[in-house]
Amino acid sequence: MPRNPMPMLLAALLTIALAACGKTEAPAVQADGTTELVVKIGAAAPLTGPQAHLGKDNENGTRMAIDDANAKGLTIGGRKAHFELFSEDDQSDPKTATIVAQKLVDEKVNGVIGHMNSGTSIPASRVYSDNGIVQISPSATAVAYTAQGFGTAFRVMANDGQQGRVLGEFAAVNLGAKKIAVIDDRTAYGQGLADEFIKSAQAHGAEIVAHEYTSDHAVDFTAVLTSIKGKQPDLLFFGGMDPQGVPMLKQLRALGVQAKFMMGDGGYTPELIRLAGTAAEGAYASLPGVPLAQMPGGKEFAQRYQAGFKQPIQLYAPYCYDAVNVMIAAMQKAGSADPAKYLPALTKSDYDGVTAKIAFDEKGDLKGGAITLYQVQHGKWQPLQTMGGASAPAAAH
Amino acid sequence: MSILLQQIVNGLVQGSVYALVALGYTMVYGILGLINFAHGEVVMVGAMVALMVVQLLITSALAPVLVLLIALLVAAMACMALGYGIERIAYRPLRNAPRLAPLITAIGMSIVLQNLAMMIWGREYHPFPALLPHSPHLLFGAIINDVQIIIVLVALAVMAGLLLLVHRTRLGRAMRAVAENPGAAMLMGVDVNRVISATFMLGSALAAVAGIMVSVNYGIVHYYMGFMLGLKAFTAAVLGGIGNLRGAMLGGLLLGLIESLGAGYIGDLSGGIFGSNYQDVFAFFVLIAVLVFRPSGLLGERVAERA
Amino acid sequence: MRNVLNHLLRHERRNAWAAFLLAGIVLLVLPFATDALLGRGWVRIMDFALLYMMLALGLNIVVGYAGLLDLGYVAFFAVGAYTYALFGSPQFGLHWPFWAVLPMGALFACIFGVLLGAPTLRLRGDYLAIVTLGFGEIIRIFLNNLNAPVNITNGPQGISQIDPVRFGSFSLGSSHSLAGIVFSPVHLYYYLFLLFTLLVIFVSMRLEKSRIGRAWMAIREDEVAAEAMGINTRNIKLLAFAMGASFGGISGGLFAGFQGFVSPESFSLMESIMILCMVVLGGMGNIGGVILGSVLLVLLPEALRNGAGPVQQALFGKVVVDPEALRMLLFGVALIAVMVLRPAGLWPSAQRRRELVVDDAAIAEQEQETVYDAAK
Repeated sequence: MPRNPMPMLLAALLTIALAACGKTEAPAVQADGTTELVVKIGAAAPLTGPQAHLGKDNENGTRMAIDDANAKGLTIGGRKAHFELFSEDDQSDPKTATIVAQKLVDEKVNGVIGHMNSGTSIPASRVYSDNGIVQISPSATAVAYTAQGFGTAFRVMANDGQQGRVLGEFAAVNLGAKKIAVIDDRTAYGQGLADEFIKSAQAHGAEIVAHEYTSDHAVDFTAVLTSIKGKQPDLLFFGGMDPQGVPMLKQLRALGVQAKFMMGDGGYTPELIRLAGTAAEGAYASLPGVPLAQMPGGKEFAQRYQAGFKQPIQLYAPYCYDAVNVMIAAMQKAGSADPAKYLPALTKSDYDGVTAKIAFDEKGDLKGGAITLYQVQHGKWQPLQTMGGASAPAAAH
Repeated sequence: MSILLQQIVNGLVQGSVYALVALGYTMVYGILGLINFAHGEVVMVGAMVALMVVQLLITSALAPVLVLLIALLVAAMACMALGYGIERIAYRPLRNAPRLAPLITAIGMSIVLQNLAMMIWGREYHPFPALLPHSPHLLFGAIINDVQIIIVLVALAVMAGLLLLVHRTRLGRAMRAVAENPGAAMLMGVDVNRVISATFMLGSALAAVAGIMVSVNYGIVHYYMGFMLGLKAFTAAVLGGIGNLRGAMLGGLLLGLIESLGAGYIGDLSGGIFGSNYQDVFAFFVLIAVLVFRPSGLLGERVAERA
Repeated sequence: MRNVLNHLLRHERRNAWAAFLLAGIVLLVLPFATDALLGRGWVRIMDFALLYMMLALGLNIVVGYAGLLDLGYVAFFAVGAYTYALFGSPQFGLHWPFWAVLPMGALFACIFGVLLGAPTLRLRGDYLAIVTLGFGEIIRIFLNNLNAPVNITNGPQGISQIDPVRFGSFSLGSSHSLAGIVFSPVHLYYYLFLLFTLLVIFVSMRLEKSRIGRAWMAIREDEVAAEAMGINTRNIKLLAFAMGASFGGISGGLFAGFQGFVSPESFSLMESIMILCMVVLGGMGNIGGVILGSVLLVLLPEALRNGAGPVQQALFGKVVVDPEALRMLLFGVALIAVMVLRPAGLWPSAQRRRELVVDDAAIAEQEQETVYDAAK
């Protein structure tokens, strides 16, 4: 017999009960007698753990879109709509992601912006699909995410295949790299992108002289960089995120290697420049879509983000902003916030976002998928050129 | 040839970083027989506090080295206070508890410190200014810079200092007495609680030193940086024989070398089937092999079957 | 006196049956009550609680009974999950039935358990801990990298579109209705997991009382003495690793079917540490305690998730501290507080109490000595 585990159990139950009664809301009645339509938007990203800074950025982008929509006083199907954000922390853990997804389903959200990583978006997509809820990921890039055939999973970001192809071509053709070394961080993102990059670079005549690996929590890369140094590549491609990209770049230069350095969208952050300092000069990175500054409303978006959250955009906030807006646009077109009703409208989206013109193909991937390449010049990311994707006319603005 | 030499230099530098952290682990273990899982987080707090001081003083006219020394002093004091607090809250009440209980409080402490740090210093990565000269030197074709040389020297100096302290001072004698038999030590007039507190504070001050050396070397600080580092250092301490100061140094250096040589040469040795992605596997295999033949680590004392 | 005792015992037995029946009904109705009161998200959390219960009970055999500190237990969970995934997904185009794949996962986990156990037989305490930790990482790294040169595990991308658990044409992956009640997948998996958890509990209970169980505890208390009493410590230790691992394998297989997706990031070191926390926090070596520990550690972070924001709202009128950071912070504080207040766990093993005075300090001291000795 237990001495007294009962109080403990009771306490646990009480906490749960307390937690359960945390939320109550009543629909506000408008002056004209119609009730306000409450549209619940779910958001999921890692808000704790090593990727928390990016997750928070995603949440901020989503929140900004929702605040904007409320400020505009949009109507859906003739009723004034009020948008509410339900943000959850998935800890970039696949298991927590499904719990969070189920929670959002319970909240009867009308759509979900998330998740941030491919590893969480994929298992969660099954839950959303089972319950007929639309999911738009702002940043999951694994090809498998939309390849499951769920019909409710979308993304406003180019997938690894689209982006790797462009990066490989740019490295081999535009930069004329003959000998290329590749490092990937063995995450779904880094490995997926690196593999596509290798295929594309080889197809364009470059030779892969080394393929080394690291992990997404490493800080010391001198060993792999030294062995790459021995192969004397023209260019080093890193499939991974900026927390690793920064020390890697510094150590690469400290070892006296002058090869060009290139990353995918994980490297296109203000952090890379801020943290790597002069070592960042000349580094290349890509970002799906068209440069923010060239898009209508793009510059203004960046300024408002800075003013609102007291920090520059980290990475995917504009994609979250677009994801919310493309969802709301579909709701307005369908005249309903019911996922089953606005889903057909969403598949036929043709929306001018701040990152690109957004239209989906039959799988839910971004159609066209224009990708812009950037280089650090004089301590700033400068767009070089926009490649791939027929739908890049917005660059002309 | 210069590549091999460079890999050895890389390994020694990385190993010195592990050794610095491992020394802190081993100090505490030597006395209490307790794995202080929160040690990695203390390293992180040391780095964060130092960063705050540096940011405050960087605009002043003080010489960079002086700024770093002040930061070191403040961080060491902050970490000592933290170490004292950790011991009082999480370990002292459990001194007579089942052996795994303090392991769980240590994990709890680690989670608490991480999340507190996230609240205080934010989720983003911070750059740590280059306060020490980074100018590279050529050593038979291998490149090593000033900071890296300093790290190796600091690790060696710290180990030597600790050995002196443990074997030549009153406090050291008390520490050894407590490690041998706390009860008997108490009867001999040793204030056991004070000695243990002192050990924790010393270990935490070492963590601050390690945190600063890591930050200066990599130039980047984050609230999550302590976890992996702590784990690697723990592995190093066990490899060398946990509880043994020379063992921690040896284990750290060895682990660093194994990692860098592993990452550099697994690919060639296995004909391309395995690559640097198996770096950690290689390190753990070496660890297991060492422990199978020397179950108490390289320099660990042979523990009798029954104490 | 004897009569009174007999009477009491018979009375006890009748009460026990009533309690059993009541518990059974509660367990059967629980998912629906939870669904109605708290939402389906909590049913899913309960599903995970059951999975972790199996894991914790498996680890309890190794740590609680045999006294071998294992920090890489999640490896067996991974082996079970990947076995299920490889034989029931488009990865190899295999779609073997659940009843064939699950035992296979348990068997593979078992083999890995022995593989881990064999080289570590001589190691004690913290040395064993670091080797098992390394073993867990080795398995994870292999799973993460075996997509080249031959693609086996699909590497970091993980394996998706795993078949749900199916009995003939009855799939647990879709909703079914019976007598007007709709059973959604989370409900169906709840009952499946409950069944397996009860099985694991039953096996654990029988093992504890068996010759093998007594041999484990003898090794835990004093390995040298156990050997002197004629126990083959090598085989018995290996058996502990194998049995513990097989529970992990079963849990892993069920996890893969439930999630429909496995990737190496689900099997990190932090998972092993969490499972160990469940065992120690609940009360090592005591089945009830381990169950309590796993339920608490799965529910607590989720309860805090919902609680941290709204409670602040109620207290201060606004959210002062980021609820997500606060949630994990409170979780850490809870770990420390529980262990400081109840060092032997929330619900320590009954054997200890029978052996000694009913006094926490004494129990703690006794446990300290025995576990310490066992670890040396």
